[in-house]
Amino acid sequence: MESIIERILQNKFWNFHGGIHPPEQKTLTSGKPIKQLPLPKQLILPLQQHIGRQGDLLVKVGDKVLKGQALTQSSNPMAVPVHAPTSGTISAIRKSAIAHPSGLSELCIFIDVDGDDTWKTREICEDFTKLNKQKIIQKIADAGIAGMGGAGFPTHIKVNTKPEINFLIINAAECEPYITADDLLMCEQSEAIIDGIKILEQLLNPAFILIGIEDNKPRAIKALQHATKNIEKISVCVLPTKYPTGGEKQLIKILTGKEVKSGTLPIHSGIVVQNVATCFAISDAVINDIPLIRRVVTVTGQAVSKPQNVWALLGTPVNHLLEHTGFVTEHDSSKANPPVTSPPVIMGGPLMGFSILNEFVPIVKTSNCILAPSRAEMPSAFDNNSSEVECIRCGQCADVCPSQLLPQELQWSAKAKDHQQLNKLNLFDCIDCGACAYVCPSKIPLVQYYRIAKAEIRQQQQLDLKAEKAKSRFEARKLRLEKDKNAREEKHKKAAAARKIAMSKRSADGGSASSAVAAALARVKAKKKAKSNDELSVFSIEKAESSSVLSVSSDEVTDEKSQVKAAIARAKAKRLAKKDDVSTLKVANKDSEEKEKTIKTVKTVDDKKAKIAAAVAKAKAKAKKEQQPEQSLPSSNEKEVKATSTKTDDKKARIAAAVAKAKAKAKAKKTQEKDQLAVMSNEAHAPFKSSNEESE
Amino acid sequence: MINILIAILVLGFISALFGALLGYASVRFHVEGDPIVEQLDALLPQTQCGQCGYPGCKPYAEAVANGEAINKCAPGGEDTIKKIANLLGVDVEPIDESHELDSTLGNGPTVAFIIEEDCIGCTKCIQACPVDAILGAAKQMHTIIIDECTGCDLCVAPCPVDCIEMRPIPETIQNWQWDLNKIAVKQLD
Repeated sequence: MESIIERILQNKFWNFHGGIHPPEQKTLTSGKPIKQLPLPKQLILPLQQHIGRQGDLLVKVGDKVLKGQALTQSSNPMAVPVHAPTSGTISAIRKSAIAHPSGLSELCIFIDVDGDDTWKTREICEDFTKLNKQKIIQKIADAGIAGMGGAGFPTHIKVNTKPEINFLIINAAECEPYITADDLLMCEQSEAIIDGIKILEQLLNPAFILIGIEDNKPRAIKALQHATKNIEKISVCVLPTKYPTGGEKQLIKILTGKEVKSGTLPIHSGIVVQNVATCFAISDAVINDIPLIRRVVTVTGQAVSKPQNVWALLGTPVNHLLEHTGFVTEHDSSKANPPVTSPPVIMGGPLMGFSILNEFVPIVKTSNCILAPSRAEMPSAFDNNSSEVECIRCGQCADVCPSQLLPQELQWSAKAKDHQQLNKLNLFDCIDCGACAYVCPSKIPLVQYYRIAKAEIRQQQQLDLKAEKAKSRFEARKLRLEKDKNAREEKHKKAAAARKIAMSKRSADGGSASSAVAAALARVKAKKKAKSNDELSVFSIEKAESSSVLSVSSDEVTDEKSQVKAAIARAKAKRLAKKDDVSTLKVANKDSEEKEKTIKTVKTVDDKKAKIAAAVAKAKAKAKKEQQPEQSLPSSNEKEVKATSTKTDDKKARIAAAVAKAKAKAKAKKTQEKDQLAVMSNEAHAPFKSSNEESE
Repeated sequence: MINILIAILVLGFISALFGALLGYASVRFHVEGDPIVEQLDALLPQTQCGQCGYPGCKPYAEAVANGEAINKCAPGGEDTIKKIANLLGVDVEPIDESHELDSTLGNGPTVAFIIEEDCIGCTKCIQACPVDAILGAAKQMHTIIIDECTGCDLCVAPCPVDCIEMRPIPETIQNWQWDLNKIAVKQLD
């Protein structure tokens, strides 16, 4: 540590591997002051201008906004707000092409500028040393400051660190050719930049502050040295010009000799690197309460007649800048179809920048340069067809690679889409500097291949992540369905068991309501049995009786009359007996008392009414029967006639009895049904039960 | 003669010793190899689309391990077939025609989209979704959780009012792929 500082103080620095020395072209703009441009008519503010997430809208179409008013906000720490760069009315919020190599559209806020440039109320802080750390970080976050060097990492996250910081490195290298935005900013705003550095010092409390600046900016070096001459902690380190000194890891290597390990951040080595323009934005935000709404943009290239650095409000369309710097539209007659109406415009430096889709693309927080080259200056930008030829394996790319990778190998693996091999070759340590493509004699756009490969790998990683998620969700669903199924089965089983238990309980416990049903069922069964028994018994009784009757009558007949007549009578009686219904022969019973008794015992089940009816029928039949023997006595002829008459009488009686019986049955059935119903509604049926019990 | 005998005996003893040692080691330090099904499952795209005829990627992986054809995964395409062939040491087969992707949607990834005005809340699609990416309840409008949708297409058929359609995933800065030719074409416009 001390040896490092000693070495730094002696202005002896380290070196990084590789690097290139492209033609400078900085003199195009470095001599001229930063120009203030008139307000553009419309500003286009993309919601997302940096790495991280976009915030939520705070405004709607038609709202009047003041200069410096926040337009978005978010609770996500990776999202920084966007502010209105000037006062005006929000005319639209829609998708529009943004400053991205894809030329894709993203959500943008369109502000119609009213020209008044009215500020919101600001709180100017006289002495930032009195502010505590949290307050400063909050101010930086609220000002929407994101790294202005290129990547646009939210600054408030970068400065809000726990570990001890050895070195705070201010990146003023600005190594890309053409760009002089930081150079001019340092010349004109060195005091403000030093204020910003002091604020960072207060936040990070580093052991040493190094300002890394290339030796091609003598005015800026002088200005900074002048501004820092009373501050011991800050040391302005003048470095030899070499591309890409401004790369974070390269600058750290040059200044401290330390290498940042692959896959780690400088913060892990106790180093924080901030861009010089970011320092200016921090001082503006903390001291003057000016959010990040403007930046210095170098407008340069041979296609502009008055190349110059300009103060551009964020959201200014590129064509507004070009108009005020004398952009010459080049008409190329040799290319008739399609006619190239405008020469290519590159956002960013010539090595790392990208062609923009149209001239209405807005300036964002990370745009430091608009390059409009002429054909002679940059033929590749005009030529869409790549003039790439086969790799000759010269190895120059490996010589210049600042990350010490093997660009040639990477290129082959990238073309073969061999992601595993690319990872082995540490593709993700590539900083996209473009040095390899610059030196390539075969004009292979190596960086483009790496960019494609990086995007593909990232995409693949996302897909893998998604597949993993889908897999786990699928398994979870399967598990859930299985569980549901098991639960259902379990439930059914339990219900069945419960039913069984209840059943057995019911049969055991006669008094319960449910047992009444069983009892009723039992009763019905018993009744049915009784009925069939009844019929059977009646039948047998009748048979016996009829035979006795026959025998008695036949005895009488043999005693008194001829056998022929007796035979006839027998036959008739037999026929009668055969024909006879079950109930009819009851009537023929001699012993009325006995019969009554049997009927009673058998028929107690039946209703009283039915009994009465039966009794009546029986009584009638009996009366007739009693009449019959008396009449049969006088003479055999008469007897015969009378017998036939009794037969008819008998028939009548039988029919009546049958009707009565059927009625009784129907009634019994009805009452049974009623009984069952009643039982079902859990009502006690005393009369029926009692009758039932009587029968038993 | 005795020298030869000694040599044979010594060599025989040594080989017996090492044989026993190796035999013991193979039992004692037996490593349960990564089951082939898991490895196959890891190669499959996990869309759980069932286009292979199996109810999900894992069942298909199991089937492949048991000798099923390796060319039935439509979402995985040729890349997956190659990987499986590599893993199993079999020949690469062209993708089964009956399992080829529906070309009407283009080759890009798609997600299901519910036209919410038409949804009657029948929950049929919810039951069909293999990854629980559809949110909704009976007689309530349903919607797709776009981040969870694998684009498997299984919810489209059960919908009684045809309110589900497959839409390509819109290109954003996050999922944009550098395409040199495409940019060049755009510039000319």
